[in-house]
Amino acid sequence: MDLENQKRVKEFADKYGAENIVVVLGAAEGEAAGLAAETVTNGDPTFAGPLTGVQLGLSVFHVCEPEIKDEIDEAVYDEQISMMEMVLDVDDIINEMTPIREDYCKYL
Amino acid sequence: MSLLQGKKVIIIGDRDGIPGPAIEECVKTAGAEVIFSSTECFV
Amino acid sequence: MNSVIKGTSYVLVHVPDMVIHNGTTQTTERTVNPNSEYLKQIKDHLRSFEQVVAYLPNQTYIGNLIPEELGKYEQPWHDKNLDNADRFGKYGEIMPQDEFIILMQMCDVFDLVKLESSFLEGTKKKLKNHPLFDDDLMQRIKAGEDVAVIKKYVEEEHAEPLYHNGNLVGCVKRAHDLDVNLNAHVMHENLVSKASNVLALLNLVYKNNINREDIDYVIDCSEEACGDMNQRGGGNFAKACAEVAGFVNATGSDTRGFCAGPTHALIEAAALVKAGVFRNVVVSAGGATAKLGMNGKDHIKKGLPVLEDVLGGFAVLVSENDGINPEINLDLVGRHTVGTGSSPQAVITSLVSSLDKAGMKITDVDKYSVEMQNPDVTKPAGAGDVPLANYKMIGALAVKRGDIDKKDLASFTEQHGMQGWAPTQGHIPSGVPYIGFCREDILEGKIKNTMIVGKGSLFLGRMTNLFDGVSFIIEANKGKSEPQSTISEDKIKELIAQALKNFASNLMAE
Repeated sequence: MDLENQKRVKEFADKYGAENIVVVLGAAEGEAAGLAAETVTNGDPTFAGPLTGVQLGLSVFHVCEPEIKDEIDEAVYDEQISMMEMVLDVDDIINEMTPIREDYCKYL
Repeated sequence: MSLLQGKKVIIIGDRDGIPGPAIEECVKTAGAEVIFSSTECFV
Repeated sequence: MNSVIKGTSYVLVHVPDMVIHNGTTQTTERTVNPNSEYLKQIKDHLRSFEQVVAYLPNQTYIGNLIPEELGKYEQPWHDKNLDNADRFGKYGEIMPQDEFIILMQMCDVFDLVKLESSFLEGTKKKLKNHPLFDDDLMQRIKAGEDVAVIKKYVEEEHAEPLYHNGNLVGCVKRAHDLDVNLNAHVMHENLVSKASNVLALLNLVYKNNINREDIDYVIDCSEEACGDMNQRGGGNFAKACAEVAGFVNATGSDTRGFCAGPTHALIEAAALVKAGVFRNVVVSAGGATAKLGMNGKDHIKKGLPVLEDVLGGFAVLVSENDGINPEINLDLVGRHTVGTGSSPQAVITSLVSSLDKAGMKITDVDKYSVEMQNPDVTKPAGAGDVPLANYKMIGALAVKRGDIDKKDLASFTEQHGMQGWAPTQGHIPSGVPYIGFCREDILEGKIKNTMIVGKGSLFLGRMTNLFDGVSFIIEANKGKSEPQSTISEDKIKELIAQALKNFASNLMAE
């Protein structure tokens, strides 16, 4: 994850409390989604950014995962995301995201 | 229990996946407050 | 009359040492994590010049392998070579780093590029065999310096070092002691952009038998900005490059729009020619050092070589209609507007729906040239196959519009799409890599038209959250014909008489 974004995530977690935050991702592939999810839960796996070694344990989802999709107004989801859902490998994204949440999320 | 209702949401979009503003439009409808929205670019 | 695509050139420059020293992924790592494993490993994951030349996507970029043939090779491509690969190609060339460093000095008119004597003399000899370097260019090379002098500039005056095979062979000096816009880092970045653009211009005239004196205007659509502290993006790369390339009758200007820059620039060029302002306009771009090794961490993690080891450049000559070459159809320009919104489907709809103006279906366009990033580079980095994602979106839109059946989605991407082959240099992959091939495909009658799509991530500049994109159609020449007059001679006489009458009455009133 971009270093500046890591810094902002850390600041917001400090300011609002990690339990009040949900991170929503839009990554193009499962692996990239998994890396971003790991960064905001267990720390930056690339050891480059401000979240290196910081275990925030934030709740994190990809916008195409059913948990999030089900809470979004259907018409808006259809207008904003639905066509891209055909392009992305949503199953792969779910397979990458689920174990990371199970292992590292502290607030679910 | 709702995941998004009343939560503060951080969005990390992707230029070649779903960009930040599109996610923003969506999560707002679920009663979330967007505190940060960004779109990453790998190309 | 519509303008035509008269010629193209495509160049790559293999710069392994610049990957280490100038790519932002590496420079950032050196700042935040100077002892990282990644920085230790990177030099062992760099490719040789021969490997870079034999790499299938690179041979495609310079025109030695057509996209259909590239598509027949199973991915990944980094472990496969083209047997009869050549550094010189139909559309351009792949230049090695040592020659390019000399070209940087040829492009430097402020005595900023200092080169070590033995490196300079050795490489100069190599360049004598290069078809593009005439006496005028060779005379731009300055005298060599002792390595101790170069070290002093680097260590005491913040000069940007130039390395080749890990050895210090020169430097780019700062152009001002205090102005950050003229510091050595920026001057290096800008001279690289300029020199690779010049290489594209030289190849354009050489490969297409173009008379340099005929060029009226150049539009540079690279990614950098040149200027000083009083006008950071003042410009003008275009004219600076035209000067070195010997386009004595040209002026020019710079156009920017992130990755969409080249497509914007081509529409502008086509409009200038169609309007009769200029007859021959060149759109060109050089490469970006910042993006070298951008996804290097992911490549190394997966045991791959660092695949982002080349700078890219291109040039396209847009000329008045000759009745032969493919035309740029300016009636069918697509654009993402401020009000379009940023959902991927809104973006692609805005770019493709220009076809409605001509009552065309999505399937009426034979080939779509979208963002042609090489998937070998992007897939291991988690960005997916970018051209394929674009084709799937266009296909999905075609289903939605009723232009194709849902079961034909897969064959749509095959028939109307291509595998990507362009290096991830930002602007370089965006629509333009196919223009050389499409010119030939249309001239040979293999296809009748193509849509060129450029998209840009404007939000990276932090001035807007908007996305951007423009598109246009290139199609077979409809034949040279004079535009039909829509106004009669009598009507013209009447209008002139009326104008004169008004003029006279105004004079009398005064």
